[in-house]
Amino acid sequence: MAAIVGPGNIGTDLLAKLQHSERVDVRHMVGVDPASEGLARAEALGVQASAGGVDWLLARDETPDLVFDATSAQAHLAAAPRYAEAGIRAVDLTPAATGPFTCPVVNLQEHLDAPDVNMITCGGQATIPIVHAVSSVTAVPYAEIVASVSSRSAGPGTRANIDEFTETTARGLEVVGGAERGKAIIIINPMDPPMIMRDTVFCALDPDADRAAVAQSIHDTVRRVQEYVPGYTLKAEPQFDDPRPEWNGRARVGVFLEVAGHGDYLPTYAGNLDIMTAAAARVGELMAERILETKAVHA
Amino acid sequence: MTDPVRIVDTTLRDGSHAMAHRFTEQHVRDTVRALDGAGVSLVEVSHGDGLGGSTFNYGFSLVDERALIAAAVEEARQARIAVLLLPGLGTVTDLRAAAELGAGAVRIATHCTEADVSVQHFTAARALGLETVGFLMLSHMAEPEALAKQARIMADAGCQCVYVVDSAGALILEDASDRVAAIVAELGDDAQVGYHGHQNLSFGVANSVLAHRAGARQIDGSLVALGAGAGNSPTEVLAATFDRLGVGTGVDKDALMDAAENVVKPFITRLPVMDRSSIVQGFGGVYSSFLLHAERAAQRYGVPAHEILYRVGERRYVGGQEDMIIDIALELVAEKRPAEREGAVGA
Repeated sequence: MAAIVGPGNIGTDLLAKLQHSERVDVRHMVGVDPASEGLARAEALGVQASAGGVDWLLARDETPDLVFDATSAQAHLAAAPRYAEAGIRAVDLTPAATGPFTCPVVNLQEHLDAPDVNMITCGGQATIPIVHAVSSVTAVPYAEIVASVSSRSAGPGTRANIDEFTETTARGLEVVGGAERGKAIIIINPMDPPMIMRDTVFCALDPDADRAAVAQSIHDTVRRVQEYVPGYTLKAEPQFDDPRPEWNGRARVGVFLEVAGHGDYLPTYAGNLDIMTAAAARVGELMAERILETKAVHA
Repeated sequence: MTDPVRIVDTTLRDGSHAMAHRFTEQHVRDTVRALDGAGVSLVEVSHGDGLGGSTFNYGFSLVDERALIAAAVEEARQARIAVLLLPGLGTVTDLRAAAELGAGAVRIATHCTEADVSVQHFTAARALGLETVGFLMLSHMAEPEALAKQARIMADAGCQCVYVVDSAGALILEDASDRVAAIVAELGDDAQVGYHGHQNLSFGVANSVLAHRAGARQIDGSLVALGAGAGNSPTEVLAATFDRLGVGTGVDKDALMDAAENVVKPFITRLPVMDRSSIVQGFGGVYSSFLLHAERAAQRYGVPAHEILYRVGERRYVGGQEDMIIDIALELVAEKRPAEREGAVGA
């Protein structure tokens, strides 16, 4: 049994995705604004909705096993200890990062029992799998990503603190992706019709790195991400460039990705938001499976 | 009596693009000393894409920009050293480091419709006591009234001068002055207005004169026009032109001509020129710093640079999306392949 806290665009799209889930049963949608459209939409889908916030949720006779937090960093920081105290596991879609950075195809298995897992950033979910694909074949002294998102899909939270995106994503490239040093860049493009999210990953490589093995690893990883984000595609074969003096004598692989959303609630161009909700749903699925197994053992 | 204008020099920032980010400490020291001596009161020094721009996507700096900023600060007697910051690439942490090195001003640049991403950085800049300037990049992509609304966001965030930035060198005469006038009308006494031109269609200086007449009080130039695309409005030409028009600049035009001839010209690796690719940039509204990247992709993939740049313009990619140049080159290669195959069958 699960709840979503934060009935904004992300929470609403996540609910649409989890409606198809056999394991994650979303019973509650929680917000703080009685006039929220997201709460009304959830109610229409048969989910109990309340503007009573975390207090309301924790006062239920039966509290959820799992909470998806799609609020803000500040709100999650305040709520995280309360979830922990109530024995509720949290999937944190905010930049609070109270729990370990989690990317489904890279390190979810390590964190399935963590009380709180963090979904990093949209750019991180799109690019960390690729950096990890490369770093599992050969050392990556430096990884750099460029995430281009449509202006319409960049919400006020992202805009007010864009440094949080670049710094958190860069750390994710290192901690989860396995690069020695990470750098992240975000571009907001206002074109109309809106551009579909694009992500480019550059990794510095040893001149003697096994390029065929790197390319194979990238292709394998893209297929695994496609299991939960069908619109995640390689726009071209990975591009290998020979070493250059200005690259400190290193070679480079460039990976050009497009992330089209599934269009559950959010528009398809908003692949940046979709990959967050899709990854969170995936994490929720596997955590729910683990919770059900544990319950079965104890029964 | 016409209001004076402040000429701001960006040789050591926009020129970084034309130099493929290969400035040395000596280049910086010599140039700052000359500009400072000529009376230029604001000198910008940074990677072409601003703080933190040294990357695969934009090109790595030969010398760490922090070392270059520190050298510039050491050389400046009266001039203030400015740095550029693009939110989404550079961060408040980078800005703080530049301020600690002695930078006295920051120019914060966003795409012309996305000014709200700069609020965080203007707030931090004012708290650090820096002079603040806002850059509305690719200003040709927004109509004057829309641009004025974005200028308001920057001014309210603490920006002291908002620039119409013709990053693509696409504005022609009234295109520039109408935008300046709209922002002047919106901001009144709340902030100044500036103009940053590129020479892709050769309107840099002419637009600067019209911008001043429309109320702009800060105008950018680069010595020998050293800058992205076909270069910027040449600082030495701006100085001579405004002098001729009787507009006070506070700079010594002859000292600037000397700096252009004897300091900058000897070290630059390519003279800015209106060649096919840069004209296409002006015509198609393409971010000027894409030029060298398009040339590199053209060489790597065997497709013409101007074809890449035309398509960048059609796609309406914005500043910072240099990665899409490779993407387009790959597309062009894929499109040409079937044609070549047919050719092979015919032969």
